[in-house]
Amino acid sequence: MSTQIEPRKVETELVGTPAPNYLTNGFGLKSWLLTIDHKRIAILYLVSITAMFFLGGLFALLIRLELLTPQGDLMEAEMYNRMFTMHGIVMIFFFLIPSVPAVLGNFLVPMMIGARDLAFPRINLLSWYIFVIGAIITLSAVILGGVDTGWTFYAPFSTTYSNSNVALAAVGVFITGFSSILTGLNFVVTIHKMRAPGMTWFRLPLFIWSHYATSLIMILGTPVLAIAIVLVAMDRLFRFGIFDPALGGDPLLFQHLFWYYSHPAVYIMILPSMGVVSELVTCFSRKRIFGYTFVAFSSLAIAVYGFLVWGHHMFTSGQSIYAGLLFSVLSFLVAIPSAIKVFNWSATMYKGSISYETPMLYAFGFIGLFTIGGLTGLFLAATSVDVHVHDTYFVVAHFHYIMVGGAIMGFLGGLHFWWPKITGRLFPEAWGKFAVLMVFAGFNLTFFPQFVLGYLGMPRRYHAYPDEYQVLNVMSTAGASILGVGYLIPMVYFLWSLRYGALAGPNPWGAKGLEWTTPSPPPTENFDETPIVTEEAYAYSKEEPEIVGGKQSTRASLR
Amino acid sequence: MSEASSPLAHHFDDLSQQKEATSLGMWTFLVTEILFFGGLFAGYAQYRGAYPHAFEAGSHHLDIVLGGINTVVLIASSLTMALGVHASQLGKRKKTAIFLLATVALGLVFLGIKAAEYTHKYHEGLIPGAGFALQGAERQQMLFFAFYFVMTGLHAAHMIIGVVVVTIIAFQAWRGRYSPAYYGPVEVTGLYWHFVDIVWIFLFPLLYLLGRH
Amino acid sequence: MSEHVVPLRIYYTVFAALLFLTGLTVFVAFFDLGTLNTIVALTIAVIKATLVVLFFMHVWYSSKLTWVFVGAGIFWFLILIAFLFGDVLTRDWLPTAVGWEGN
Repeated sequence: MSTQIEPRKVETELVGTPAPNYLTNGFGLKSWLLTIDHKRIAILYLVSITAMFFLGGLFALLIRLELLTPQGDLMEAEMYNRMFTMHGIVMIFFFLIPSVPAVLGNFLVPMMIGARDLAFPRINLLSWYIFVIGAIITLSAVILGGVDTGWTFYAPFSTTYSNSNVALAAVGVFITGFSSILTGLNFVVTIHKMRAPGMTWFRLPLFIWSHYATSLIMILGTPVLAIAIVLVAMDRLFRFGIFDPALGGDPLLFQHLFWYYSHPAVYIMILPSMGVVSELVTCFSRKRIFGYTFVAFSSLAIAVYGFLVWGHHMFTSGQSIYAGLLFSVLSFLVAIPSAIKVFNWSATMYKGSISYETPMLYAFGFIGLFTIGGLTGLFLAATSVDVHVHDTYFVVAHFHYIMVGGAIMGFLGGLHFWWPKITGRLFPEAWGKFAVLMVFAGFNLTFFPQFVLGYLGMPRRYHAYPDEYQVLNVMSTAGASILGVGYLIPMVYFLWSLRYGALAGPNPWGAKGLEWTTPSPPPTENFDETPIVTEEAYAYSKEEPEIVGGKQSTRASLR
Repeated sequence: MSEASSPLAHHFDDLSQQKEATSLGMWTFLVTEILFFGGLFAGYAQYRGAYPHAFEAGSHHLDIVLGGINTVVLIASSLTMALGVHASQLGKRKKTAIFLLATVALGLVFLGIKAAEYTHKYHEGLIPGAGFALQGAERQQMLFFAFYFVMTGLHAAHMIIGVVVVTIIAFQAWRGRYSPAYYGPVEVTGLYWHFVDIVWIFLFPLLYLLGRH
Repeated sequence: MSEHVVPLRIYYTVFAALLFLTGLTVFVAFFDLGTLNTIVALTIAVIKATLVVLFFMHVWYSSKLTWVFVGAGIFWFLILIAFLFGDVLTRDWLPTAVGWEGN
């Protein structure tokens, strides 16, 4: 594919049909809908979340079209409220949260640790059905007119005053939460109990560490969201009055319960992509990760620490000033483990043998855009700044830099990286590069202007705005169009590759990791014999001759 | 968690790994339940701290005798559940089934008493919402009753699921499904049942025993 | 989690203790101890729960991993309580500037 110090071989000479694998192990709808193979379940999730992504993207398109002009011409305020609400609900609960864990995690966690499947295969399938049922219920809320509360469902608007399908959407999200919980449960038990002989904790790929940390958050956080939703549903359906100020109810109680989950949820959305980036950076630098232990523990630190900062979403809500003070300080500190990762990825690349295949370009994009998004989080963590930019486009830009510039680029990078393994096919590399550059350009054009808009005072969740904001809004919409096309292109060539793509060998990237020791696509049982692990993760440097200085000291500092 | 023919699932290496995974899985699930009920306890704690008089007045409407009986019933059911797990560890098929069915019976007693309490509340007009009978200053007791019904209702829902599962496990035990080498399902069912008991151990004093002096 | 078979007398002892503690908590409820009422009630409940966890649920005989999981669940619940009450209890503490008249 490209000239390197260690050339990667692409076995385009492969002819004939691939050996029996998990894709050929049974045909027909029943073999897919009743599968307990984690790899097939991953594909079921891939199809589902892709559909939800395009639905969420449709809402984004409508939002950006409306915001082309200062007046509300495409839609009234009430309709616009539904647009951004549905965009948020669909993208967060039905795309971002499942994306990497349910697709790449499901496919790879057992393979990376040398297991034949997850600990609870049928619960895995159940989690997908729960996801689908939750999606159908939420979609019916959309079809019946939508929800207008914002994805944050704040009481008492959601419980008392909204005229939209709050209860239905709440039930849909509630149900989908259990899909997340079961996925996390499965991963945690699998990683504890099903590692192959020799696969000690500190030989695990960092992808596993980040999915373990993500699973902790799913397990510990999601149930509190569930109860928050139950209380909103009780208030709305039966007028229980739990959040009714007239009775003494406290709307801030809802916000506390909601954000107790929803802040750690953002780490659910970013940690798995961070795990992907660790895999990409090492492979495409042909080098061990710098500071393995630090990166591994930083994943845990983010997961644990992320539970201590939720009040930074509530600085202007009327919560105690002293609580705000505490949350502000803690929010500054939570940036540290993320920064450690960025430093370590950079140090990994230093003096590495870097190549610029599509997955690596996504990794570069992630590192740059996540850093910007993360740093702007520090702006928001400062209460004095937040008071001015809360509920403005500054916040919107901040989280889109992390969620789209970070999480989605990590997801796409991982999808490209493991696509040969999952499907046995190679995607067209030139188109891959073109798409990622288009995504990067479109993304920055969409969201950088929004930092400026927010700083200048444009509020979020408004369908109309003062004339002076129009230029930046037009830039943003233009960028969104480019971004949208950039996302469509991989859809097209991935589908194309299923039929016409070159056949992939077991290890087209020359990567380290147990998943690359199997054929592409892998057999149903993953391994003919349980592998016995004897080497560290990312043992890329071993074949190279001894070099004094940097590399040796790097190796000495590793475990 | 297990195949119909052999208890060892294809993806596990041996029964010991399977059992450890199954137990850890149930414990992980119970952790999620701690947080699930925990959210309710947190909200309850906030409101009780803010409105002690309304909460005491509300608690007075609850029948301490029925609540006490239910507490004893549930503790007894935990004993029978533990004895059932014990019997399955020793491969005692009939004893296991009997203890598990005793657990189910006690669980049904609990649910029956709960149903009676709820019905009584309904007739007194103490269900929160449109039909809430108390007005004026007393209306704030609706917050107490909102938490009472959501907390005990959620608990009862868990009891119902538990009763169904224990019945199924009892049936399987009777058919000789479990042995000293394979009793994991009985044990994790027990874990779930004990957890539901623990929730009630906290619900009883917090809901029924306020301001009784 | 444990292969250990708990002796029956432990179960019966725990059962008796649970019944006793239930009676105790009801008994104490009828006395006015002010804020102590809540503390005593919660303490007794925690003791009862601990007995169930350690012996009925076999945690006493279980691996360190089980202890970590149980501990984590409780700890994370306490995080919610701590930070929620950190807000609720200090919400009325409004800082006033030094020398501000009228306060």
